[in-house]
Amino acid sequence: MSPRPGFVLDVDRSTPPTLFWHGERFSLEKLPVGSRVIYAPEPVDPLDDPSSAIRHALTHPVGDRDPLPALLRPGMRLTIAFDDISLPLPPMERPDIRQLVMEQVLDMAAEAGVDDVALIVALALHRRMTEAELRHAVGDRIYDAFAPNGLLTQHDAEDADALVHLGLTEEGEDVEINKRAAESDLLVYVNINLVAMDGGHKSVATGLASYKSLRHHHNPQTMQRSRSFMDQHRSELHSANWRMGRLIAASGVKVFQIETTLNNDTFPGAFRFLQKREWEWKAKDRMGYVAAAAALDRTPPRYARQVFHSVRAPHRMTSVQAGEVEAVHKLTTDNVWAQQGVVVEGQTDILTMGLPYISPYNVNSILNPILVACLGLGYLFNMYRGRPLVRQGGVLIMTHPTPWEFNPVHHPSYIDFFEQVLSQTTDPVEVSERYEESFATDPWYIHLYRTGYAYHGVHPFYMWYWCAHALQHLGAVIIVGGDPAAVHRLGFRAASTLADALEMASDVVGPAPTLTHLHAPPILMADVQ
Amino acid sequence: MKALVVERNLARFAASRAASVLGSGRGATIGPLQLVDASPPELPTEQWYHLRPVLSGICGSDLATLDGRSSRYFEDLVSFPFVPGHEVVGVLDDGGVDHAGTALAPGARVVIEPVLGCAPRGIRPRCPRCEGGHTGLCGNVAFGDLEPGLQTGFCADTGGGWSEAGLAAHASQIHAVPDALSEQEAVMVEPTACAIHAVLSAGVTDGEAVAVLGAGTLGLAVVAALTHLVRPDHGCTVTVGAKHPRQRELATSFGADTVVDPDHLARAVRRRAGSLVVAGRLVEGADVVFDCVGSSASITEALTMVRPRGRVVLVGMPGRVAVDLAPLWHRELTLVGAYAYGEERIDPDTVPRRTFVRALDLVARAGLGSLVSAAYPLERYPEALAHAGAAGRRGAVKVVFDLRKPKGSIR
Repeated sequence: MSPRPGFVLDVDRSTPPTLFWHGERFSLEKLPVGSRVIYAPEPVDPLDDPSSAIRHALTHPVGDRDPLPALLRPGMRLTIAFDDISLPLPPMERPDIRQLVMEQVLDMAAEAGVDDVALIVALALHRRMTEAELRHAVGDRIYDAFAPNGLLTQHDAEDADALVHLGLTEEGEDVEINKRAAESDLLVYVNINLVAMDGGHKSVATGLASYKSLRHHHNPQTMQRSRSFMDQHRSELHSANWRMGRLIAASGVKVFQIETTLNNDTFPGAFRFLQKREWEWKAKDRMGYVAAAAALDRTPPRYARQVFHSVRAPHRMTSVQAGEVEAVHKLTTDNVWAQQGVVVEGQTDILTMGLPYISPYNVNSILNPILVACLGLGYLFNMYRGRPLVRQGGVLIMTHPTPWEFNPVHHPSYIDFFEQVLSQTTDPVEVSERYEESFATDPWYIHLYRTGYAYHGVHPFYMWYWCAHALQHLGAVIIVGGDPAAVHRLGFRAASTLADALEMASDVVGPAPTLTHLHAPPILMADVQ
Repeated sequence: MKALVVERNLARFAASRAASVLGSGRGATIGPLQLVDASPPELPTEQWYHLRPVLSGICGSDLATLDGRSSRYFEDLVSFPFVPGHEVVGVLDDGGVDHAGTALAPGARVVIEPVLGCAPRGIRPRCPRCEGGHTGLCGNVAFGDLEPGLQTGFCADTGGGWSEAGLAAHASQIHAVPDALSEQEAVMVEPTACAIHAVLSAGVTDGEAVAVLGAGTLGLAVVAALTHLVRPDHGCTVTVGAKHPRQRELATSFGADTVVDPDHLARAVRRRAGSLVVAGRLVEGADVVFDCVGSSASITEALTMVRPRGRVVLVGMPGRVAVDLAPLWHRELTLVGAYAYGEERIDPDTVPRRTFVRALDLVARAGLGSLVSAAYPLERYPEALAHAGAAGRRGAVKVVFDLRKPKGSIR
């Protein structure tokens, strides 16, 4: 039986309560009659034989690229860059897709006699990955062959000696990327494309770039002009990366792009009910929910966090394509939309969403208040094509505990951003103008980014900028069940129950509003007609 | 007429200290303070004048004394029984003469500079400190015409501000209050003078980063003094650790660049300095830290957030504290006290002026009268002291006694 497409449910009296994520917990909420619930398509059938598909992609590239074996020769300098810990979400069961792809690339390189090979984690300004995380991503065989010899490194956007400035785009944007990658005879990029924004020229132009380069598109103006940044044709973020990618290509950097897509089979075993439609829950699902909810209610948050961060998603590869960047990404994007797209008729006054425990920036960490805002307003709000799901001036209601809690190792500058910046202003433009440079150039943050496991000092700014479009668009943001102090610091309103939140929302959008619930994860993309 | 009097009664001091565990000022009714019938104090010499208090503030040092928490260092520098109250604005019912020798008409409103140095004590020649304008450093506070006492409000002979019967003020202590200044503003002159002295003693120079620990009366007055007396010529940046929302609002309104929770002050200082961190201590840090708390924890924190060879100024009255001085030694820090006032120069080449004169001006310019949050009659002293002891938590800053009959209004 083929997987069913996405679905928009009209809530009536017989509709069972709807599952809302609440960080490391979840609840069932009765939505008003007449509400809509958007469900993701069911997981697309995975490739029967991923290894063969990968080999086929490498030997049958798309666009203006020769097959990979033809690009490999003895004496050449080969660099393989790959996506970092932020993808996929949750981290997938072993073997990770990056491992499968890289093993074949390395086998081909070995067959061709290439012995100058370096692997680079394209982490941009994200935190460095731990050994365990690297082993999970690339597999023990690759890790043991490369890491002890210093050939598996993590991009360092603050190492001036390891960067090269390739020039300015026609818009005057600096393009400065990893020197080893830029000066290699061939740069192979191994991507996991979780959402439409990932991949393409963004892989190299962002993943291997410096702050000097990133600041040109990671800013409030770009985000406000990206409607949404999941829609390539209306994304200024996309356009900037494309300008930079084309300059990189014109500079002589030969990129062989390998992109993969996954199905949205997100939760394993005991948690499978989380990706099912509630009215189709069977006794086993209901029991699973009751048992999980009861257990989590009795579990201190930090242990509940450990439980969820140990979840490995049963994602399976649905496509792999390789070759020239733009041609590859066209196919990739089509495959992403095939898995995630849901047609939705019209906008809503109130959009609700339950926020889970994870975002791209807190794998094995805490979803701190800034990341809560980014997950809701930056990511889920932007999961649209056409028009936002919620109308201009509408209300976004999110459920999450939003604790005033940060991981000091991963997010040191976030703590100061929350304390010292958001306490003064929540306006992304003002935030940028008044504070960004001092955080971006702070030697302590740079030290922690380079030598520890800290996100770069400027990273919390980027998280706030992701919210810029939503902040401009929405009439109010309400967080249900959040720490009121933290919620207010974000500039949002706090409600203790969904009913309270709906009442508060009616002050903004008027009585009898329309309501739509985004039932994610699994990830879905609304094609708003 | 009523007055609040502190007796030397060790049992009552002990009881008050025990009660203060519940909160500063909570032991008022079982402590050494008692409400009694009182007569105006005798005037020691003809240079003294009778002053009828209008408003009299409750200072942190008053609370420390009444809580039995003040240092034993002061034991021989006070004389019992004494009437507390050294932040005083009052009226010279019979007129008098001020510190500059100017005659004041009956009914003149004045504030008193409470330090009891050589001049009020009739000591001639004056000690080198008084001669040099540093009356707060006078070594003769236990000698001369008066019983021992650092200040009016701690001396058995002079009386103090917490009295309807009034107090005795020496001409050298008297400063006329300009007509434009309200009583509410005038009662803030004494703590403001303390803050000015601390700020000008610190020698903040161009572009220096300053941190202020604590945002009670002194902390906020320090911020105002930095803003109005230092920043115009020496553009310093001011970062304040303030615990309570009202304090944060006021610190911002008085000109602080950054105001954070005290727990985050070191982080804010670090960020401003762009400092690295070793074992929780900043490698760089603030050029000057004003500790307006005076506890072991605050002094320790001040020492961790100041740069090498930086200055830590103790503005809040400390007692016996336990502090690791290794960073002070290793980083060659300067730990300096800032007590009272005298004469101050803004820069070394400017003419010195009495701190109180500068304070009269600053209170008006900075609007420091807004720090007066509540006024109580003497009879309600238990409530007043409890309020003052929990001022920050209760959204207040300065609590005062209102000795007017009928009472005026505070805001």
